[in-house]
Amino acid sequence: MLARSPQAAIQRLFDEVGSVDQVGIEERVAKYGTRSIKKAAKLWGLKTAVSMVDLTTLEGKDTPGKVASLCQKALRPHDDPAIPQVAAVCVYPAMVRHARRALGSDTAVRIASVATAFPSGQAPLKTRLAEVKAAVADGADEIDMVINRGAFLAGEFGLMQDEIAAVMQACGSATLKVILEVSELETYDNIRAASFLAMRVIRPGDFIKTSTGKTSLNATLGNNQVMLEAIRDFYLDTGTSIAMKPAGGIRTAKQALTFLVAVKETLGDAWLNNARYRFGASSLLNDLLRQLEKESTGAYQAPYYFSEAAESY
Amino acid sequence: MSRLPITKTPKVYVGGAFIRSESARVYPLKDAAGEFYANIPQCTRKDLRNAVEAAAKAGPGWAKRTAYNRGQILYRLGEMIEARAGEMSGALILGGATPTAAAREVAASVDRLIYYAGWTDKYEQVLGNVNPVAAPYFNFTVTEPMGIIGVIAPDSAPLLALISLVAPAITSGNTVVALASTTQPYPAILLGEMLATSDLPGGVVNLLTGFRKEMIPTFATHTHLRALSGVVNAEERKNLALGAADSVKRTHLLKTEDKHDWFADTAQSVYAIRETLEFKTTWHPVGA
Repeated sequence: MLARSPQAAIQRLFDEVGSVDQVGIEERVAKYGTRSIKKAAKLWGLKTAVSMVDLTTLEGKDTPGKVASLCQKALRPHDDPAIPQVAAVCVYPAMVRHARRALGSDTAVRIASVATAFPSGQAPLKTRLAEVKAAVADGADEIDMVINRGAFLAGEFGLMQDEIAAVMQACGSATLKVILEVSELETYDNIRAASFLAMRVIRPGDFIKTSTGKTSLNATLGNNQVMLEAIRDFYLDTGTSIAMKPAGGIRTAKQALTFLVAVKETLGDAWLNNARYRFGASSLLNDLLRQLEKESTGAYQAPYYFSEAAESY
Repeated sequence: MSRLPITKTPKVYVGGAFIRSESARVYPLKDAAGEFYANIPQCTRKDLRNAVEAAAKAGPGWAKRTAYNRGQILYRLGEMIEARAGEMSGALILGGATPTAAAREVAASVDRLIYYAGWTDKYEQVLGNVNPVAAPYFNFTVTEPMGIIGVIAPDSAPLLALISLVAPAITSGNTVVALASTTQPYPAILLGEMLATSDLPGGVVNLLTGFRKEMIPTFATHTHLRALSGVVNAEERKNLALGAADSVKRTHLLKTEDKHDWFADTAQSVYAIRETLEFKTTWHPVGA
């Protein structure tokens, strides 16, 4: 192996940040689903999960009207006032101004936007930075960027980090979320290494995020665990708290509670709030509301009472 | 050479798979002589919830099948029971039926399925209508399946009554979550195996076994169940009526204390299909 080859560069990085015991991680996360969470703890978990949702619509068919109704749902997910607002809405840059109009300026619900040629990131840096600036100017509070996976896999870590730094600068005061797109990184070792590269650039309170939701494999408990442990190790090394956002594939309340178990048992209570942990999801909120309604009435609920897609069966 | 005895583990048929109760509980089933025969899954409200999810998943596909295809599949289910009639009779004899009575009940159950198989592409002609209106409109009424139907089967005629309650519901494209007889669950366990080989999509019929008092409250309140049919006693009827009123579901409940002749011609009817249909009336302008 040549000392300057991509393999050598990646190997040096693994030696530096440590590698991941794949079997150990999968054994560990398989146990998270067995925790018994009932009654008051479940209610707390469900409400906390609602407050962590980045309510997302990222489709070619998004319209200003659809975004406006999404914002209404974000502001008031349910008629029960004890159920909190979601953390943010997540939309394409072109929809940011419509979301800002629907939410108003005086609101706790933040606007996140996926800039930087989401989901592939395959556009010139200049274009990506311009997109970020436009989204922030339109009123985005948070920017979800994708990393340059090609650069990472080619061992050009400096390029990847420089691009993250450039986007961070373009964000100004907006929070940055760095999407690693874990399915394209392929191994847990790569996910851990990419997490460290990103965390060394971004500010405290910025996020690392699993995926775009546009590829076959999205947030899994295993990926989530690898990234949580990277955040923990980085915190113990440097004292800097990085936040985490799994996205894609989390559809049920049960899954969400299991992810919260992972957070509680890996990072502790300090991460159990929406400044440090988020769920990127479109349909999760409906199932959370459905389970909350079940908890309050005692009756199992039909999904069509909570969903805009009125499948009546 | 002597063989070890190979006894079957009874499992319930839910979502196209054979499962044990999520609670891992069982209750002993004794044969007519009082000897232990097998452990039957003691399903819970969570099993009922899971069965409803399975039924919801299977429902749209089943309702979109052509009426002709649904008829073929119901007929095929009749074929499957007919081919294993001896085994099914054995399950009824286990519960105390005489061999003659058991054979008669199995034959009547197959015939009932064939009866409803014939109705799948005909009930619409009988129950739907073109309505006369005094305006230039074409006004017609068509039927739609309601959705997921809860069935509570009685202890008498444990196979025939179960099939008589399930068949009319699935004829029109509904899906069913059924609670089998508590005292005689074994015919339902066998029926599950026949459903699995009948071309009926998994999840269209879900059979649970267990105790009524544990599951009836959930049948009553689960808002995803659109209708309930079954044979219940006075206390259960009150419980179901209250829950059904709250969750706005239709009930068609027979009384345990009444005598029901499941073999009679009156036990099968196109009006049993109507019990689990919604009617939709449409006005369409006539002419240019």
